[in-house]
Amino acid sequence: MTAPMSNRTGRARRARVVEGVMKVVTGACVAMVIGAALFVLGKIIVAGLPGISLEFLFSKPGMGMRAGGIFPVIMGTLMLVTLTGVLVLPLGVMAGIYLSEYAPKNLMTRIVRLSIANMAGVPSIVYGLFGLAVFVLLMQIGKSLLASALTLTCLTLPVIITTTEEALRQIPADLRQAALALGATRWRAISKVVLPAAAPGIVTGSILGLSRAAGETAPILVTGAAFFLPKLPDSVTSQYMSLPYHLYVLATQVPNVPPEITWGTAFVLVVGVSIVSMFAAAWRSAQRKKVKW
Amino acid sequence: MSAVLEKAVMDVPFGSLEQVRSSASSVEAVSGSFALVDVSVAYGSEMVIEGVNMLVPSRAVTALIGPSGCGKSTLLRCLNRMNDEIGGVRVGGTITLDGLDIYQKGVDPVDLRTRVGQVFQRPNPFPMSIYDNVAFGPRTQGLRKREELDEIIESSLRDAALWEEVKNHLKKHAFELSGGQQQRLCIARALATKPEVLLMDEPASALDPISTQQIEDTIAELKNLVTIVIVTHNMQQAARISDQTAFMLRESMDQPAHLVEVGDTKRMFTNPEDKRTESYITGRFG
Amino acid sequence: MTVTPTTKAGRHLGRATRRRAAEAVVRTLVYAAGLLSIVILAAIAIFLFVEARKAINEVGLGTMLTATSWFPTGTPKIFGFLPLIAGSLSVTAVALVVFVPIGIGSAIFISEFSAGWFKEAMKSVIEFMAAVPSVVYGFLGVAVLIPWVKATFNLTSGMTALTGGLVLGIMSLPTVISISEDALHAVPDALRQGSLALGNTRWQTVYKVVVPSASSGIFAGVMLGLGRAIGETMAVLMLTGNAAIIPTSVLESVRTMTGTIAAEMGEVVFGGLHYSVLFAVGLVLFGITFAINLAADLVLERQRKRWRR
Repeated sequence: MTAPMSNRTGRARRARVVEGVMKVVTGACVAMVIGAALFVLGKIIVAGLPGISLEFLFSKPGMGMRAGGIFPVIMGTLMLVTLTGVLVLPLGVMAGIYLSEYAPKNLMTRIVRLSIANMAGVPSIVYGLFGLAVFVLLMQIGKSLLASALTLTCLTLPVIITTTEEALRQIPADLRQAALALGATRWRAISKVVLPAAAPGIVTGSILGLSRAAGETAPILVTGAAFFLPKLPDSVTSQYMSLPYHLYVLATQVPNVPPEITWGTAFVLVVGVSIVSMFAAAWRSAQRKKVKW
Repeated sequence: MSAVLEKAVMDVPFGSLEQVRSSASSVEAVSGSFALVDVSVAYGSEMVIEGVNMLVPSRAVTALIGPSGCGKSTLLRCLNRMNDEIGGVRVGGTITLDGLDIYQKGVDPVDLRTRVGQVFQRPNPFPMSIYDNVAFGPRTQGLRKREELDEIIESSLRDAALWEEVKNHLKKHAFELSGGQQQRLCIARALATKPEVLLMDEPASALDPISTQQIEDTIAELKNLVTIVIVTHNMQQAARISDQTAFMLRESMDQPAHLVEVGDTKRMFTNPEDKRTESYITGRFG
Repeated sequence: MTVTPTTKAGRHLGRATRRRAAEAVVRTLVYAAGLLSIVILAAIAIFLFVEARKAINEVGLGTMLTATSWFPTGTPKIFGFLPLIAGSLSVTAVALVVFVPIGIGSAIFISEFSAGWFKEAMKSVIEFMAAVPSVVYGFLGVAVLIPWVKATFNLTSGMTALTGGLVLGIMSLPTVISISEDALHAVPDALRQGSLALGNTRWQTVYKVVVPSASSGIFAGVMLGLGRAIGETMAVLMLTGNAAIIPTSVLESVRTMTGTIAAEMGEVVFGGLHYSVLFAVGLVLFGITFAINLAADLVLERQRKRWRR
């Protein structure tokens, strides 16, 4: 009687030990992830912050980019992202509305969904090639803000579509029914009730998507980002400077750049992109908790 | 006359099948009355409701009762064509509103729904202010004038017995109201389009007893104003508030649901003709 | 109670043609936007092919896919993709070794062993890692990892497949962790409790019940991480040294497909042979990532169906 008992407790004890070990092992994995994130953030802040000054943010690069600031670089990225947003938001939100509100359950819709998921996985450099072939050369827009924005539009589209669809699906079917039962057409129900209710989710998701687009380098490398420009772009068909490309140039193409300039550029890029998107994500999850349907 | 049709005649309340037919085609009928002739509903290839013949009299409360899953709500949604919004639902037979076949070509369900309003099971105010909620329907119909809107909103909220509670907070977000208040807001919202009929799908099932009482009081007042068709699984509620009761039953899952009995509520609850009605009602009363 | 008189003689149930027309226009626009993704994806494939046609005609697909050297500007010009494919594969293999164990381990810890607040905090951490632009990872690699690899392995240059792969592995972690964690999270709690009630420890529950149930989702996460690693451009361009030689170890410099396109597209004559060959590289890259993503999507969809009740 005692033998199987002790046997069983022995097995249980071993299982407990294994469990403890596995908790430590998987915990170590998480620790590594947190460590990597903290390292990236910490290194950028520690090395980048000393280079940040009003002069750095608001003056042009000088002396072959070994001095001065990054004003035209920041402006170029802001312009590019704004233009991309203007192009991609209507398209992406409409496509999201299609999937959430109109799409029938059939093979075509499955293909649309597969396409969207697949678009999200196409390498960014391939979007660059596509933009070069179609927007820069075929449509003869030339290397420019517009060509880059169109390229980034294609790249960002799946994010905007998915985020819109997800936000619309959070809105209970009851609300659509109520609007229809009041004699509203489908579109009025969507535009006056469903879309406003889903707006916070769509806006934050779009900010996330666009801030990712702001950090893309490969697609703009071949469609319009300039190594150096003496002035700001004056139209959408001008070339432009951009933060990620500028960082690439400073880090690999120009010798003897003072480190505070390179790190300062990296700091501005990371703060601008990741902090904005982190706050957007946090705001969205807070919003979700606040409104209970 | 076939056996089926003979049976249908037996089921018809307030007279014969001919009477229902003639009412169905009579344009002079009192406003806000429905006539259902041999109505059936199918989801895809599955017949879920069959052979419903009944009249819904104007300015009265008609209660649809029956065990859950017997198609009460589905039948209700035929009356404002909300079933059109779900793919694969086919409605057979004839449903007329004041003599007009609502499923005939040329009838726009969107217009129909301004005449036949609906209140849902759970309160579902729009995420906007109390005022904008009630104004939604009139605005949908193109009403923009502030004074007219104000007037409609006040009268709708009064009719829904909510005015006194919210008249100083019309700009407040609808979500700040209690569940019962939200449901009365939804009634006011439906009334604002000036419908002739109000469909109510278990409107009190998600509310506490006090709010339920208020909703029932509101319904009693509203029947002077509109025709009401209410789905409820609460026997006492049907007995308390309705003038006419229709009992639906789906006897097995391979069979479509049908109308067992329809008639004056008092008679139904005291002296039901059909044994199945009796056992359902008494079973529920305990 | 105010009883509003309702005389409905004037009301009818006709169609408002203008409203109908507006509704139809909107519907058309929305449908068109819905189909846009198919159009763009197809256009990408078509234009890559169109631009690569010159290379396929003049060099030949067979030659490009089998030649073992890449001398795009030498005499004679040799356009062999094998060194580039081998470069991409070696970097990706290193990344895989990093992100598979750490990614899945982290997902298990977050989903199974941690409290709610920790899950929320980790979401922000992962969101942050995913949001950092690849060029920043590349730059950090240049500043920190290249000198470290050089010193640790006593090399003449720290630009190796290992360097690029390590950074790629870290960059792919957010994808792998978030998708695996979703998959683990989707496993119904009833299954866990059933296992615990049988006397299993939490870990036994995890590896006997939860992980097998979520395996397809975890697999999809790994595939998507793999896709991201193969398609990543800037970090590898900055970190691998870009020598177009088939590597014999991960401590050698390699040139990836993505890096090749990014580095050389700036120097080619548009419409020329080299330009066209770079599109052929893009076509191969697109084909590989398309297959990987399609596989991951199909697996994910199957899993979603499985838990949908």
